[in-house]
Amino acid sequence: MRHFALLAVVMVALAAPASAQYVDQVLADRQQESRAQSLHKQIRCLVCQNQAIADSNAELARQLRTIVRERIVAGDDDTQVKAYLVDRYGDWVLMRPPLKASTAVLWISPFVILAAVLVGALLFAIRRRKQTQSPANPLNADEESRLASILNDRA
Amino acid sequence: MRLRYLIPVLGFVVLFIGLAVGLTLKPREIPSALIGKPVPVFDLAPVKGRSIGLSTADLKLGTPVLVNVFASWCVPCRQEHPLFMELARTTDFKIYGLNQRDEPDDAARWLDAFGDPYDRTGADISGRTSIDWGVYGVPETFVVDGNGCIQYKHISVLTREILEEEILPRLRGEKHVPCEG
Repeated sequence: MRHFALLAVVMVALAAPASAQYVDQVLADRQQESRAQSLHKQIRCLVCQNQAIADSNAELARQLRTIVRERIVAGDDDTQVKAYLVDRYGDWVLMRPPLKASTAVLWISPFVILAAVLVGALLFAIRRRKQTQSPANPLNADEESRLASILNDRA
Repeated sequence: MRLRYLIPVLGFVVLFIGLAVGLTLKPREIPSALIGKPVPVFDLAPVKGRSIGLSTADLKLGTPVLVNVFASWCVPCRQEHPLFMELARTTDFKIYGLNQRDEPDDAARWLDAFGDPYDRTGADISGRTSIDWGVYGVPETFVVDGNGCIQYKHISVLTREILEEEILPRLRGEKHVPCEG
């Protein structure tokens, strides 16, 4: 048991420097720090692009994380922090682009395509149904009995 | 009635054109949010060994100027450097260098070794001024008009083609966008 505890201490000590490299200076105020971390997840790393700055080790991402913390300490609310970055980097810096004239296509097109597919499928189904319900040339009595005898032979 | 067979063909053509246009876009090059906006307020000391620094006031000269973001650690900067040397030799346009997150000694040595085309340099050691300029990679090159308004930004290595088609006309005062604010 004592050996196990010793081993655990050694392993933690070995692991510490590896993670310390990327650990930021966190804010003393817990509430502010949690706001900062939630903002970090909403801001795009411009160098790595499909990563949020929360997940990136890039130098620019590290700097942007620091800036977010500084803005929060300076008394900015979340909208103001985002505006500070959008002023410099444009809407691109937000992981979730805002809905406005220039991004309307991005937001609306999935719904338009979905609606078009549903309407298409509905029209197809209706037409299919009509065709099966009323055959174009119904069989006469002769043909019916021939069909019946063929089917009986097979069985 | 035969027209309905054209629907898939039409769909294919639309998709083809959409994807073809998509291929020519450069998703890594994010359009600058600062085009048509005044340059940020800043005041930087020069790169080590040089005497003239760079501040907001130097960008309101009444004539357009070029601002090049560079660093000694930036390998592609070396590739575009001869173009700036040539521009400094053959034209009267003011060229300013914004030195990003560099060691003072490294920056000085770099300029001594490859030549200094800059009329002014600003040492942005912390990288904060670059962030105010919306810089996210090095090199980047800006054209600022005589009122201190950002007119154009080129991301990555400057080529002769971009220089001649986009940058020189704007330095001559052509193709300018109106300035907001």
